[in-house]
Amino acid sequence: MAKRIDVKDLNIYYGKFHAVENVTLSVPPRSVTAFIGPSGCGKSTVLRSLNRMHEVIPGARVDGSVLLDGADIYGAGVDPVEVRRTIGMVFQRPNPFPTMSIRDNVVAGLRLAGTKNRQQLDEVCEKSLRGANLWEEVKDRLNKPGGGLSGGQQQRLCIARAIAVQPDVLLMDEPCSALDPISTLAIEDLITELKQDFTIVIVTHNMQQAARVSDQTAFFNLHGVGQPGRLVEIDETSRIFSNPSQRATEDYISGRFG
Amino acid sequence: MSTELELERPAQPPSFQGISSGRKAKNLTATVLVTLCFTVAVIPLIWVLWTVASRGMESLLRAEWWSHSLSGVRANEDLGGAYHAIYGTIAQGLVTAVIAVPIGILVGIYLVEYGAGTRFARVTTFTVDILTGVPSIVAALFVYSVWISIFGFSRSAFANCLALLLLMIPMVVRSTEEMLRVVPNELREASYALGIPKWKTIVKVVIPTALSGIVTGVMLGVARIMGETAPALILMAYSARINTDIFDGSMANLPLLMVKEFTNPEAAGFNRTWGAALTLILIIMLFNLAATLVSRLSAVKTK
Repeated sequence: MAKRIDVKDLNIYYGKFHAVENVTLSVPPRSVTAFIGPSGCGKSTVLRSLNRMHEVIPGARVDGSVLLDGADIYGAGVDPVEVRRTIGMVFQRPNPFPTMSIRDNVVAGLRLAGTKNRQQLDEVCEKSLRGANLWEEVKDRLNKPGGGLSGGQQQRLCIARAIAVQPDVLLMDEPCSALDPISTLAIEDLITELKQDFTIVIVTHNMQQAARVSDQTAFFNLHGVGQPGRLVEIDETSRIFSNPSQRATEDYISGRFG
Repeated sequence: MSTELELERPAQPPSFQGISSGRKAKNLTATVLVTLCFTVAVIPLIWVLWTVASRGMESLLRAEWWSHSLSGVRANEDLGGAYHAIYGTIAQGLVTAVIAVPIGILVGIYLVEYGAGTRFARVTTFTVDILTGVPSIVAALFVYSVWISIFGFSRSAFANCLALLLLMIPMVVRSTEEMLRVVPNELREASYALGIPKWKTIVKVVIPTALSGIVTGVMLGVARIMGETAPALILMAYSARINTDIFDGSMANLPLLMVKEFTNPEAAGFNRTWGAALTLILIIMLFNLAATLVSRLSAVKTK
């Protein structure tokens, strides 16, 4: 459980377009790391390259290495399916499988990987839904479709689905941007709880959110239009928001640009 | 003080006006136009159904219609039935569908899930689009020239099925392709992010989401090929007897029965033609009902 991530000299491309250059950072286990920065600076792209989701887009590729407890996930012969199994992801918009019930959604990862034992699946279902703070709300309607839940519940369902496969790391791509403040609060509380078991990396546009939930914060920025994005600095969240070492970071978090 | 009062006074109360006469006129014109078009479209439809039903009912009410062929029945006798043609229509439709549906769906999956953006896929999509518009007579002549003239097979129900395949596969490919394209990419990504391999994502997530649309497309294809007459005229010979072998000998189907009996001047011919027409409509309707049921059961649910 909960492994550390070391990114070294990561360059990310969409076809010929150089999207992100020379990212080097470390994420300690059982911590929350927030990626902040203006739109288009590549923070989601970096996040997606941490579990090899980036290469799902035709023409997309990366250079450099991402080490999970020392093992390069981009190493020769590494199966991307295996990597994604270990490093789960929650997306910006809740995306439960529309043809599946709530229960089937939660255990989809296990069931489609071949687990058939019904009792085991039920246990995982309950544990994951409890872990996502959704159990009490849905325990009486597990056989109802996941698409019938509210947006905030759907997002927690997606988190339950992601943690049901017992990943080591959980990546979250703006998980609250489509949610109202109350659901956002629920998810933020959840992130703080999940930190006990998982290594979490979260992309957010909401700086208060980054300040509330994260232990360290990485600030990404662009040189200019058409230029690749880059990591400006990464530090303890308290330091980034009080006394950042880079001028650009201070300008961004104080709202002077971006 | 006085200025404050001035500010606190509510602004001019909003004055709502009635609908202007210009808008009323436009609304009326549009309503009349839409209703008129609807009527123009629906009247012939009901008329056709009524004509077919009223003229064909007599044949359908005879029990022999469903169990006997026209073998040995004279042109002026209101005896025998359409069993040979019903069998032919269903057999040819099923054989065609059983071959066309898997091929069509797999091609559609390839085009959307695997080949997306490649030159080969674009050429295939373009070809399929053209094939969808090929007239059935052209497909029939093509099969005749290849299957019968070059390969030397005889005319048979199977030759007819080959021509129907040429018509049906592009329809299935297209509807599969269109339905798979509207499945949001987020669902695929959600599945990949759980560590589910691509093929399993397609089978367990993408296809179930698109299934009701695919089924509808398949059923439209089946309905179309069951009514095709041109290939049957060229590739099969009509037989009034029951022939269950699709590879050998002449076999009837409902469109051919209609063509045959259309030239029969007797009242029995009239009854048989309309009876066959009504039977064909009923069979297609049953297929459609079954399809609706399947897509209901597999449709994306929210409640």
